[in-house]
Amino acid sequence: MKARAADRVATGVIIGMASLIMLVLVGLIAYLLFRGLSHISWHFLTSPPQSIKAGGGIGPQLFNSLYLLILTMLITIPLGIGAGIYMSQYAKANQLTAFIRLVVEVLSSFPSIVIGLFGLLVFVNLFHMKYSLAAGALALTVFNLPLMVRVTEQALNGVPREQKEAGLALGLSRWKTISSIMLPMAFPAILTGTILAAGRVFGEAAALLFTAGMTTPRLDFGNWNPLDSHSPLNPFRPAETLAVHIWKINSEGRAPDAPEIAAGASAVLIIVVLLFNFGARWLGRAIYRKFTATK
Amino acid sequence: MNAPVRSVEAAGDRVARFPQHKREEWIGRLYAYACVALLVVTIFSIVWFIASKGLTPFVSGAIRFSDLLFGRVWKPEGEPALFGALPFLAGSAYVSFLAAAIASPFGFCAAVFMTQIAPKLGRTVLQPAIELLAGIPSVVYGFVGLSVIVPFLREVFEGQGYGILAGSLVLSIMILPTITSIATDALHTLPAGLKEGSFALGATRWQTIYRLILPTTLPSLLTGIVLGISRAFGEALAVQMVIGNAPFVPTSLLQSAATLTSIITLEMGNTIGGSLHNNTLWSLALILLMMTFLFVFAVRFLERRAKR
Repeated sequence: MKARAADRVATGVIIGMASLIMLVLVGLIAYLLFRGLSHISWHFLTSPPQSIKAGGGIGPQLFNSLYLLILTMLITIPLGIGAGIYMSQYAKANQLTAFIRLVVEVLSSFPSIVIGLFGLLVFVNLFHMKYSLAAGALALTVFNLPLMVRVTEQALNGVPREQKEAGLALGLSRWKTISSIMLPMAFPAILTGTILAAGRVFGEAAALLFTAGMTTPRLDFGNWNPLDSHSPLNPFRPAETLAVHIWKINSEGRAPDAPEIAAGASAVLIIVVLLFNFGARWLGRAIYRKFTATK
Repeated sequence: MNAPVRSVEAAGDRVARFPQHKREEWIGRLYAYACVALLVVTIFSIVWFIASKGLTPFVSGAIRFSDLLFGRVWKPEGEPALFGALPFLAGSAYVSFLAAAIASPFGFCAAVFMTQIAPKLGRTVLQPAIELLAGIPSVVYGFVGLSVIVPFLREVFEGQGYGILAGSLVLSIMILPTITSIATDALHTLPAGLKEGSFALGATRWQTIYRLILPTTLPSLLTGIVLGISRAFGEALAVQMVIGNAPFVPTSLLQSAATLTSIITLEMGNTIGGSLHNNTLWSLALILLMMTFLFVFAVRFLERRAKR
C-alpha cells in the first residue's frame, strides 16, 4: 500500500511540474502581449525612436532586423547547404570527418557574445567594415552556420536511399543526383529548419552589439540607392536591431516611456518569433502534403 | 552474370567517363568542400584571434595569469589598476550551476510526463510549448526578468532584487528546453522490455521510474545538464540585465553580482582598444572560449558513457 501511495504522490508531483512549465510559458506570453500590445500602433511601428522625449517608435530598428535577417540568410543558406551536402554525402567515415563534426559541434556551442567579439576583431577592425550591417550579417552567419549545416545534413539523410540509387543508376553524376533529386526531396525539411533558424537570428542581440553596432543613422526611406549613406539599404551603415534596441533601452533608456517601449518592442519580437515558429510548422506540413500528394 | 555492382561508388566511377558529367561533379564537389573548408577556417580563426588578443596582458607581463584567476578585486581604473576576475568567474559559475539545479528536476519531470505518463498530451501540448520556450529571444527573457522577477524578489526578500538568484531563475527557463529535449530522447530510446519487466514484477510506475529509468538514463541526463550549464555560462544579455553588475565575489544569492559575459558586454564598448583594460577583457573572452571547449569535451565524454 505504501508503494502505491508513493506512486500516486510522485505522479502528482510530475504532473504538477509539467503543468508549471506550461503555466510559465502561457504566463510569459500573456504578460508580454498584455503589456506590449496596448503600446503597439502604426505610429510605434514606423516612427524613429526618441532619445529623451516620450512617443518614440521602433521603425528603423524593425527595418534593420528584417534587412539584417535577409542579408544573413543570403550568406548562410548557400554555405550551410554546401557544408551540409558534404557532411551527408561526400564525407567518408574517417578521422577527418570526425574532426569536422567536432568543429561543427564546437562552433554551435560558442556563446554568441564570443562570436560577436570575433566579429569585432575580424570583420569590424581587420576588414575595416566598421560597425555595419555587413559585419553584423557575417557574425550572424558564423553564429547560424552550424545549425544550417545540421538541418541540411539531417534533411538529406532523410531522403530514401532508393531515390539516390535510382539517380545514380540512370547515369547521373553524384552531384547531379544530389542537386536535382535529393535536394528537392529534402526541400521541405530544409525550409522548416531554415525558418526556425531565421527566428533565432531575428532575436539575437549579443553577437550584434559590437558588429552591427548600437546606433542607427538618420534613415531616408525615400532613398533606395544602396550606396548612399542615408539609404536604408546601404549595407555599410551601422544598424541597431530590434533585439539590441530592447537591451539598450532597458539598460540605458532615458525616454520617460522607456518601459512601455521595451514592452511594445518585446511584444513585436515575440509575435515575429511565434509567426516564424508556427509558419515553419504549417509550411513544412503543407509542402509535405503537396509533394507526397497525401491529405 | 557479372558480380553485383558495388552500388553507389561504382556507379559514380562509371559516370566519370562522360566529360560533361565529370566537370559538373567537380564543380559541385569543389563547392561542398569549399564550404566545409570555410567552416574549419572560421573556427581556427576564432580561436587564433581571440587567443592572440587575450594572451597579450600575460605575454607583455602586465598581469600574471594567477592574479587574473584568483584576484578578488576588479578596479581597472584604480591606482594601481587591479584586474582580479574571481568575482566574474564565481558569478558565472554560481548562476549557471544554480540554473541547472533549478531546471534539471523540471526537465526530468517534463520528459517523464511526455514519455511515461501522458505521451499524447505531451506530444501535442508540452513538446511544442518547450520548443517555443527555446525560440524566445534572450533579450525578451531579460526584459521579463527585469520587469517581473526582479521586482518580485525585491518584494519578497530584502535588497534590490538584482543578483545571482534573479539571474539563475531567468537562465533556468532558458536552459529548460535543452535539458528536457535530451532527457526525452534518452527516455524514448530506453528498451521497452526493461519497463515491462519492471511492471511485470509488480513495481509501481514511480518505482520503475526512480529505480530503473533514472539510473539507466543518468549519463544521458547528465549530458543534457552539462549542455544546459554550458548554455547558461555563455548567455550574456539576459543575465546582464538582471544580475546587477557589481564586480564583487557574491556572498549572498540576493546580492548584486557580475559574470564573465556581463562584464565583457558592459565594458568592451567603453574601453579604448589596445589599453590594458581592454586587453584584459579579451583575456576574459578567452577564458569563456576555453570553458566552451571544456564543456564540449565533457559532453562528448558523457555521450560515450551513455552509449555503452
